[in-house]
Amino acid sequence: MINELSRRRFLSQAGIGVSAAWVSVHWPEMISAAAHAHQAVQSGAAYKFEFFTPAEAPEIDALSARIIPTDDTPGAREAGVLYFIDRALVTFANGDQQKYRDGLPELQDLVHEKFPAAQKFSALSADQQDEILRTLEANHKEKPQRRRNLHSAETFLDTLRVHTISGFLIDPEADLGNRGGVGWKLIGREPEHSFQPPFGYYDKDYPGWQPAQKVADKG
Amino acid sequence: MKVEQPKYKTSEEVDFVIIGSGAAGGILAKELSTNGFRAVVLEQGPYLTEADYTHNEIKVLGEDLLTNHPKLQPTTFRKTPQDKAKQQRALVYGRSVGGTSVHFTANFWRFHEIDFIERSKVGAIPGANLVDWPIRYADLEPYYTKVEWEIGVSGLAGASPFDPPRSKPYPMPPLPVKSSGVIFERAARQLGWNPFPAPMAILSQPRAGRSACVNCGFCLSFGCEVGAKSSSLVAAIRVAEKTGRCEIRPDSYVYRIETDARGRAVGAAYFDKDKNTHLQKAKAVIVCANGAETPRLLLMSANKQFPNGLANNSSGVVGKNLMLNSGAISLGVFDHPLNDYKGFAVSRILHDFYELDGQKVGFCGGGGLDARFDMTPIGFALNGLAPDTPKWGSAFKKTLAENFTRTMEVFCHATSLAREDNSFSLDPDVKDAWGLPALRMTYKDHPDDLKVAKWLNDRALELLDAAGATKKWSYPIVEQEFAVHLLGTCRMGDDPKTSVINSDHRTHDVKNLFLCDGSSFVTSGRGQPTMTIEALAFRAAHRISALAKSGEINA
Repeated sequence: MINELSRRRFLSQAGIGVSAAWVSVHWPEMISAAAHAHQAVQSGAAYKFEFFTPAEAPEIDALSARIIPTDDTPGAREAGVLYFIDRALVTFANGDQQKYRDGLPELQDLVHEKFPAAQKFSALSADQQDEILRTLEANHKEKPQRRRNLHSAETFLDTLRVHTISGFLIDPEADLGNRGGVGWKLIGREPEHSFQPPFGYYDKDYPGWQPAQKVADKG
Repeated sequence: MKVEQPKYKTSEEVDFVIIGSGAAGGILAKELSTNGFRAVVLEQGPYLTEADYTHNEIKVLGEDLLTNHPKLQPTTFRKTPQDKAKQQRALVYGRSVGGTSVHFTANFWRFHEIDFIERSKVGAIPGANLVDWPIRYADLEPYYTKVEWEIGVSGLAGASPFDPPRSKPYPMPPLPVKSSGVIFERAARQLGWNPFPAPMAILSQPRAGRSACVNCGFCLSFGCEVGAKSSSLVAAIRVAEKTGRCEIRPDSYVYRIETDARGRAVGAAYFDKDKNTHLQKAKAVIVCANGAETPRLLLMSANKQFPNGLANNSSGVVGKNLMLNSGAISLGVFDHPLNDYKGFAVSRILHDFYELDGQKVGFCGGGGLDARFDMTPIGFALNGLAPDTPKWGSAFKKTLAENFTRTMEVFCHATSLAREDNSFSLDPDVKDAWGLPALRMTYKDHPDDLKVAKWLNDRALELLDAAGATKKWSYPIVEQEFAVHLLGTCRMGDDPKTSVINSDHRTHDVKNLFLCDGSSFVTSGRGQPTMTIEALAFRAAHRISALAKSGEINA
């Protein structure tokens, strides 16, 4: 397996030691080879959860699948968001464990209250699940923020939302999450790490820089 | 790649100890070591290089791979000195070799003449501590040119009718235009404004053994894996290391500048990686720790001779007059894909509103607009959708899918007026992981700062309308509680009663102590400080070298 760090180390050593210009030119093939190798080893094998209990895992799976549902395109489920969150909670997001420990029983209570016949969230219909999420959302209003950073969520639902989005849209070369690059495919982010202009619709016919005719009078 | 360096003993009195390896510290290290001086650079963060940088948003943005860490280094915030500060993340700065220049946007505007003489031009502003710089644009011009040529800035001279005079063109053509830049340029011209190619500290051509930009799209907040972004690490520190006279010592967290009975600095006391303490001796100390950590270090270095903090006897303004730069952001969605996630952030800007007529607009200040897209996928999903977008479910997914490639930002960068109450100081209660007092930020925008942000944002919305955006919105313009630009906290001036350093960057109170970084600023400029921090660093290096060679520093 080509590991992310060793790939980058190779690239940057090439960049400084050999020829920086050479890297600019060869960067795309090098990246695509590494990404391909990475994806090849990603499939299969039963997963052993590190944070969630066997009963909790399907609940998180169902929750994240309502945040980014599967419809005519893949959603959180296909991106492997559950596995991403499980790993997150024992590594970089271990500070959020309590939110899940508190949030899941609250979710369970809400399910019992609204749909007494159902045993768990994952057993509800999609519409019922959405109703539960709306209630959770109304119970815990987030403060509006100017610009969010990745560790600013306060409530269980918002934390889960940040984690679901992160697992769906993380660089697919990172371990777990955004499996098969489905998240980037959805949003139109090409997987390459090097691009050449023209980049988009509006710059493709740009005639080149022309100076303005005159300086306009300012108010 | 790390170059072999000398290893100085802490007991060996080197010519200079430089605290901080960012935009200013890196350049001072380069200039002083190439001038023949022995220097040790103490950097609190790790020595990361291209091999360690990554596109993993969680590691970079979630785990603070490149930045100060809120758990190890808690901070507090309050609006006024009368309030009790609450613990919250108050600021972000780079914390690895190269400092904030590793992850910055790389917008490299020069200051204009007005920024140095605004007080003389507009008079006193009630509630603001607005004064002129002791230097003028003309004093700094040769050093701006040095930054462009030695550090590496892409741009087009003469493209803006508002540009200040320059002695040389840019060393490289501008970076390619992005769709956001084309949209911005067309709309701005329709409105009679003067857009131009953004000057950026990113290589548009291979240069000095460094690659040109490969347009990877992980630029703002990320380290550049091909060395195209002109961080002080790739553009200055590697040159310093090659002299054989400069040692970069990472994981070295300075907590005190020691002084002798004569009130001279003798060296810097620091924690190493294992929290052991050392004292690096030096003939002179240069603090380039940024506009928050520089005043904090001076305040932490208080002793009997300097009861209010080192170099703070004459003026008492260490840590005060903090300026963050005001600003606003509007976003627009367009019919066709811009794919603006490709490449660096900014390709077009305009300076038509750099110097507004206060009589007409009713406030003091001005600014610039830029066309950009600086959000990576996760950040976009959290921040880049209009506030009326559902937060989850099919409608959220659909909007996310449609808008990522079709969105751009117009970023308004503006002045902040200095107010003495706005400051960094030592929190009396909260300590960091080393047991040192946490940074406490006190900040309340001057009313004119909010007015200029609103005024510029109205222009941004006009521009998005003229451009035919199908939807547009803005982040709310509110009083700032979070700092990125850290300016003015040890201001430069001729009068020791009202400033901390003189125009040689020498503290008025300690002859062999120099400060150079955002803290040296007297005014805030229009929102892009790094170019000026680096020009000041080149100039400071020139002045300090001359003083050292004449034997004047330790006389």
